Amino acid sequence: MDIHEYQAKQLLAEYGIKTAEGGLAYSPEDAVQRAREIGGGVWVVKAQIHSGARGKAGGIIVCKTHDEVSEAAEELLGKRLVTHQTGPAGKVCLRLYVEAGADIAKELYLSFLVDRTHERIVMVGSAEGGMDIEELAETRPEAIKKIYIEPAVGLQDFQAREMAFALGMAAAQIPQAVKLIQGCYRAMRDLDANMVEINPLVITGHGDVIALDAKMGFDDNALFRRQKISELRDKTQEDPREMAAADRGLSYVGLDGDIGCMINGAGLAMATMDMIKLSGGEPANFLDVGGGASAERTEKAFRMVLADKNVKAMLVNIFAGINRCDWIAEGVVHAVTKIDMQVPLIVRLSGTNVEQGRKIIADSGLPIIMANTLAEAAEKAVKARNEVVARQG
Amino acid sequence: MAIFIDKQTRIIVQGFTGKIGSFHAQDMLNYGSNVVGGITPGKGGQQHLDRPVFNTVKEAVEQAGAEASIVFVPPAYAADSIMEAADAGIKFCVAITDGIPTQDMMKVKIYLSRFPKEQRMVLTGPNCAGTISPGKSMLGIMPGHIYMPGNVGIVGRSGTLGYEAADQMKSLGIGVSTSVGIGGDPINGSSHRDILEKFEADPETKVVVMIGEIGGPQEVEAGMFFKEHMTKPLVAYIAGLTAPKGRRMGHAGAIISSSGESAAEKVEMLLDLGVTIAPTPAAMGETVARILARL
Repeated sequence: MDIHEYQAKQLLAEYGIKTAEGGLAYSPEDAVQRAREIGGGVWVVKAQIHSGARGKAGGIIVCKTHDEVSEAAEELLGKRLVTHQTGPAGKVCLRLYVEAGADIAKELYLSFLVDRTHERIVMVGSAEGGMDIEELAETRPEAIKKIYIEPAVGLQDFQAREMAFALGMAAAQIPQAVKLIQGCYRAMRDLDANMVEINPLVITGHGDVIALDAKMGFDDNALFRRQKISELRDKTQEDPREMAAADRGLSYVGLDGDIGCMINGAGLAMATMDMIKLSGGEPANFLDVGGGASAERTEKAFRMVLADKNVKAMLVNIFAGINRCDWIAEGVVHAVTKIDMQVPLIVRLSGTNVEQGRKIIADSGLPIIMANTLAEAAEKAVKARNEVVARQG
Repeated sequence: MAIFIDKQTRIIVQGFTGKIGSFHAQDMLNYGSNVVGGITPGKGGQQHLDRPVFNTVKEAVEQAGAEASIVFVPPAYAADSIMEAADAGIKFCVAITDGIPTQDMMKVKIYLSRFPKEQRMVLTGPNCAGTISPGKSMLGIMPGHIYMPGNVGIVGRSGTLGYEAADQMKSLGIGVSTSVGIGGDPINGSSHRDILEKFEADPETKVVVMIGEIGGPQEVEAGMFFKEHMTKPLVAYIAGLTAPKGRRMGHAGAIISSSGESAAEKVEMLLDLGVTIAPTPAAMGETVARILARL
């Protein structure tokens, strides 16, 4: 789960991390009021969306007068910002963070991530801040410093110092930097975050070390014990279809193709989508219905897939393990009978009680196209889709 | 031989008396697995499915000679149960539980690494379907009947995609020595590489199939192990060609977050390392058949 910059800054402040003074705004009037409260002569109006690279997308506007703050807020509120992290649909900006303009002497990069190779938290730093770290990793990997943190004992001060020196900090800044680095690590550990990114980490003209931007992501598996974090969820930043699916205990990812899918198991779902692509089609979605696909759940999954108006054919591929094909078949028949299906349906069943399952579908008299193998299922789905497209002219 | 489990392996079920634990314990018993009891703290001394219930794993090891365990404990308590098994001297543990926090798994891995190698418990999973040595023993939640005994080892992240592979092989008359699920989480007990090492040493296994997916470094590490240390052929399929970057495809670990983690990149690297790639998920069985015919 992702949160907004201002939320991350509030959380990190509790761990002693300094940021520029700022406040939240929902309207141009709010934004001007925040600017007044902050004082000074330069403010930055920042779009709060769940994405990095907001600057390039025009989501961060530097202002020198209250009128400019108002105009910036007017422009950003309600706007959809598209970055390389949001996908083509972009993300809508409904909140602004108005911050005092910082006197930047130096921009650095600092993050904490879960490293899957070493199976521990890694601290990543670079003296070249403000850059896209992935780009930097490709072009100048030597400019990146990585320090691995032992989970049993946690981050040690010597490691924080090592990072601070690698970032090129002056002796006078080391104590501040160590405090900030330790704070970020403790926040990551205590809140079950899977990512803390400060980009840029800034040294100001006065020699202060502050987090000019902050991004945090959290382990979905740990939200059950992080009530405070769960409450920070902003549903306007998430795909409404994926949210609806998650609320129904289904795992759904919307894609750009037109062959809808309902499959049990994440691996088989990905493989079935691959097979559709290799057969010349494009999947409209990833949908894992999970192990206990009851008739009710199957109906919900069907409605989910068919809510996407791009869908021109639907493929159901179930390998029944704990499940039984006859139950699945009954669920499919129930769903098709209840929903007025306008697109061809291809069903492939395999595993426990497969014969009974196929019989239930055949006996239903519904126009369901049956397939025996994965390859056949994908081919038939692509063929059915092509026929629909041809008919529609 | 097979790996990890055979007919004699003495199995206990952690989370024995719960609904899910009971269901699968019965299923394993029906398959012929040697389930000698289970753990539910506070219910020690009772009988369940005609087997004794213990309060602690230690008691199960001392009194029932438990060697392997399967964990059905809910996510909040699962890491604790896994560490309890390791401490009690269990040799092989399958964690079925889906949804264990990543930082809990980091702790588990550090905890396991403290044991000297010869005493260290092998953990597979979490978020996996388990391990089966067909015709001998099942320590998992898979449909046992789709696996035919034979000489092909399977290691994979996904449950149902592993079933698909076993089913394709069975329809071609190809059997399995052992199938090991390593699970779909970002940090797991055993990697593809760890399991390849076991299959390489198993006289019964002639060919190994690795079923990987997007996300993480493990498939390529396994490919490097294959190139440097394996004499047996390795067939691989990587799921997720159509997965967009940065989106989690069901499994917690199935997310492309940096370069080298997409299916296409993994396939390319595995080909460079000499691994035989099944060109489509529908061709896993026939690719294995082709390799077997050459042996």
